[in-house]
Amino acid sequence: MGTTTQALRNRATDARMAEDFDRRDPDWYVDKLLAGIVFVCGISAILFVLGIFFFVTKEGIGFVFEKMDFREFFLTPYWSPSDAEDPEYGILALMAGTASVTGLAMLVAVPFSLGAAIFIAEFASGKTREVLKVLVELLAAIPSVVWGFIGLVIMNPLLIKWFDIPVGLCVLNAGIILGLMAAPIMTSIAEDALKAVPDRYREAAEAMGATRWQVIYKVVLPAAKNGLLGGVLLGVGRGFGETMAVLMATGHAVNIPDSIFDSVRALTATIAAELGEAVVGGEHYQVLFTIGIFLFLVTFIINLSADLIVRGIRKG
Amino acid sequence: MVSSSAAAVASDSAAPADNFPHKLEIRNLTIRYGNAVALRGVNLAVREHEIFGIIGPANAGKTSLLKAINRMDVFTSGMKVDGEIRFNGRDTSRLKNIYALRSRIGVVFPLPVGLPMTVYDNVALSPRLRGINNKADLDVIVQRCLTRAALWDEVKDRLQALGSLLSGGQQQRLTIARALSQEPDLLMLDEFSIAVDPVTTMRIEDVLKELRQEVTILLVTNLVQQARRLADRTAFFLNGECVEVGVTEDLFTGEVKDQRTRDYVEGRFG
Repeated sequence: MGTTTQALRNRATDARMAEDFDRRDPDWYVDKLLAGIVFVCGISAILFVLGIFFFVTKEGIGFVFEKMDFREFFLTPYWSPSDAEDPEYGILALMAGTASVTGLAMLVAVPFSLGAAIFIAEFASGKTREVLKVLVELLAAIPSVVWGFIGLVIMNPLLIKWFDIPVGLCVLNAGIILGLMAAPIMTSIAEDALKAVPDRYREAAEAMGATRWQVIYKVVLPAAKNGLLGGVLLGVGRGFGETMAVLMATGHAVNIPDSIFDSVRALTATIAAELGEAVVGGEHYQVLFTIGIFLFLVTFIINLSADLIVRGIRKG
Repeated sequence: MVSSSAAAVASDSAAPADNFPHKLEIRNLTIRYGNAVALRGVNLAVREHEIFGIIGPANAGKTSLLKAINRMDVFTSGMKVDGEIRFNGRDTSRLKNIYALRSRIGVVFPLPVGLPMTVYDNVALSPRLRGINNKADLDVIVQRCLTRAALWDEVKDRLQALGSLLSGGQQQRLTIARALSQEPDLLMLDEFSIAVDPVTTMRIEDVLKELRQEVTILLVTNLVQQARRLADRTAFFLNGECVEVGVTEDLFTGEVKDQRTRDYVEGRFG
């Protein structure tokens, strides 16, 4: 003990200590370098978002300030941009297309994903749970063009046969496809939210004689509701921004739907289909970017609210 | 599970032959987790309207016993219960509806569990599960249970606050109020004072003394003096065995059958 104390004191009074304090060794530089690299990676996400927003805005803003008639743009359903004499740029029908497909998709996806999440989190045990989780994640990774293909090749003839309609590419088709597409990611988030509910809540409720369903319904779901709502909103964002599958499954016809068997066209699909033909810098091109700004803002708001809601639970 | 003849033998040899009505009878109870034995051949009987204390060091099998009584073993993977537990004379392993059993047994866990709902809803949960939805009835139940748990005065102005945001001691009393809202036949407390300050502990102990009139209480505690203050009779558990059951005061001052009991209550080990 005594010698250790002596040694420490010697080191502390060592004259070289002053030198050490002023000399930067390799470890110091590695530390700084890595901190810098990680900082750039982290900040790049912000730069990309800002960059995309800047680019989309730059391309579309000319139209917004010079020629855009807000009433015509948002409130008329006439979309005929390639009319040489009198092009019309009303996106009401496109918004109706996106909204109807997304709405129907949520009707499909919410009960489906909630049920799946409850089964995985509350009932499945051990191996079953692990296998299901991997499969759900695998499902979430299926490219959207594959889903569109399923809509086009499998759902289309099925819907024609079942409902006796002339065309099977419609709100129903796209809604189901989009619902199935959004369900895995929503299941994943909902399952996380349910797993975040501590087991002692379940035990306490079970101990007082609640059945399993009562425990889920009265205790677990209310405790997880913010996370579940956040998951639904992310699903809405996914449906809203989805392009390829809706382009293939909606029928791509400008139309305010009267029924789920009507073909519609989505905002995103319009951009995807027409941008290639539009003259760069021309009016049509700018209008498409204006739609892009609109989509960007709506998606941003949806994701931001989802994030705020999910954060809400951690505080409460 | 043992055959009926084995149970009869066990009851002849081990169950106390007293004339009190028994709320709970445990015969030859053995609990295993995989290969590990948590409780080995335990026999005891809890009389109606007594406070029955269970003392013993960690790993004595006290919590496993409570789990088995409440049939929470169903939810613990690998937990295997052999032997017989009779609640109000019924073998609990043969009940068709274990939810009905659990709803008549109130449990207070070592760490307070304020469910993430309002204080009011915490206490109203069990009545609601039983189908009581009338606001006026619920109001009465909530007030009565919170009062009996010595919490009403502190929370009566914030019944709509989240139960999980109360302080630890308040949450534990909320847990007790919730257990009381079940109108239980049997109240089991598992080291309830672990997360509670001494003053609150004494208040809860006073509550338990009053409750003795209405409900049978099984009190698992690691505080020997708490058992002495509260329990009419006490069992001493050690390493999965029930070493001794006796009138509480006898364990401290009278004759003991096993010297280990005296050693433990006098603090020589544990």
